[in-house]
Amino acid sequence: MANYSGHAVVVEGLRVRRGARVVLRDIGFSVPPGSITGLLGPSGCGKTTLMRSVVGVQIVEAGTVTVLGQPAGSAVLRDKIGYATQNPSVYADLTVAESLRYFASILRAPAGDVSRVIDEVGLGTHADHIVGELSGGQLSRASLAVALLGRPELLVLDEPTVGLDPVLREELWALFRRLADRGVTLLVSSHVMDEAARCERLLLMRGGLILADDTPATLRTMTGADDLEQAFLRLVRQQEALA
Amino acid sequence: MNVTFALVTARRILTQLRHDHRTVAMMVLVPTLLMVLLRFVFNTEQAFSAAAPALLAVFPFAIMFIVTSITTLRERTTATLERLMTLPIGKLDLLFGYAIAFGLVAMAQVVVAVGVSLAWLGLEIDGSIWLLVLIAVLDALLGTALGLLASAFARTEFQAVQFMPAIVMPQVLLCGLFAPRESMTPVLEWLSNVMPLSYAVEALESTTRSNELGGTLVRDLVIVAGSAVLALILGAATLRRRTP
Repeated sequence: MANYSGHAVVVEGLRVRRGARVVLRDIGFSVPPGSITGLLGPSGCGKTTLMRSVVGVQIVEAGTVTVLGQPAGSAVLRDKIGYATQNPSVYADLTVAESLRYFASILRAPAGDVSRVIDEVGLGTHADHIVGELSGGQLSRASLAVALLGRPELLVLDEPTVGLDPVLREELWALFRRLADRGVTLLVSSHVMDEAARCERLLLMRGGLILADDTPATLRTMTGADDLEQAFLRLVRQQEALA
Repeated sequence: MNVTFALVTARRILTQLRHDHRTVAMMVLVPTLLMVLLRFVFNTEQAFSAAAPALLAVFPFAIMFIVTSITTLRERTTATLERLMTLPIGKLDLLFGYAIAFGLVAMAQVVVAVGVSLAWLGLEIDGSIWLLVLIAVLDALLGTALGLLASAFARTEFQAVQFMPAIVMPQVLLCGLFAPRESMTPVLEWLSNVMPLSYAVEALESTTRSNELGGTLVRDLVIVAGSAVLALILGAATLRRRTP
């Protein structure tokens, strides 16, 4: 499906300033196609800003972001990237199906797509419920469903599993895996470390920097920690010792 | 500019409204109820007939301004606008979608207000009823377009509500409703001349007085429609795909 060579996302020397604060400090990394890359780090470390830069809605100060072979934000990318913001972005005063139908027509997605994505996020019994009356977890799944419309080649999902019970989280990760197996590239942020193990690659962020960019297994061996939470803490200490 | 995107956006906004019965009822009925109130305030059909045309311009203008500025601000502050800006829809498609949806609501609003005023309140007009409706709808669209533009300068709904007295009221005070524009001091008359509502009121008054489609009336219509289009284009310029 990809008509570009190499990586799905390439970030080089990316610096983003919001007001007086430098949120991303000249970071670089790349994301292989057809993989799940986890973006982990504490709240406020720059995860959302990084995702916004990849989607092309963030004003950047320096550096380049290349997505599917095009500069981030290019018009040709607009029906190739599925993006779910951290705050659910669906119309609260429409039903789930009505809201999705609107986004589907903007994406020129086929007619059956709305019911497909509703089933994929497990909202089949709530299709005709008003979005504003859904629970927090249902709401974020409705927002995730929009990102799945059409045939996105890259999914940028900002904390898609917040507020979900373990069963639903399991189902969504199984869905992400199926999508990756089909060749879709996923960039998924989370601040829950136990989700990290499900990713092929991890980007650990802190204070606008990338502390580590590796597979979960390598991170464990590298730091000598059993779980990723410990691995993260050790990396933070190493960085502080260096500074 | 993609007509399909504008139309599906208009349908989406109207569907949102359809779920909110109270808002629809108020948007359609409040101007009419105000006209009824005004009729009894004046207490004579002649006095009402003299003031009514101006108010047929003022009420839809003010109501559409506030409804639109709040609705678009909501789209800006919730993440839906950010999401739309990552999708293939153009900025003008989105704004024209808003204009079409609220234009239709404005039409319902104006038809009911004009109908009730003519049937029961003793409004007499010499010109064409359809021309009267057209001017009032254009005027409501002007309110919609200015509301869209104003929402770009508000961060919160409290601020958006304050734009109503700040942007709508000066136009109402200077449009010729309270004092003839010619009798104002030069500064105020000049201000009145650059405010689009003045031309809507002038057009409505001339339609009620005479049946002829004169040059002044055509000029007034062009000014009102042109201001609405200009406000929409400026509004599109305030929508940004990339934000800080």
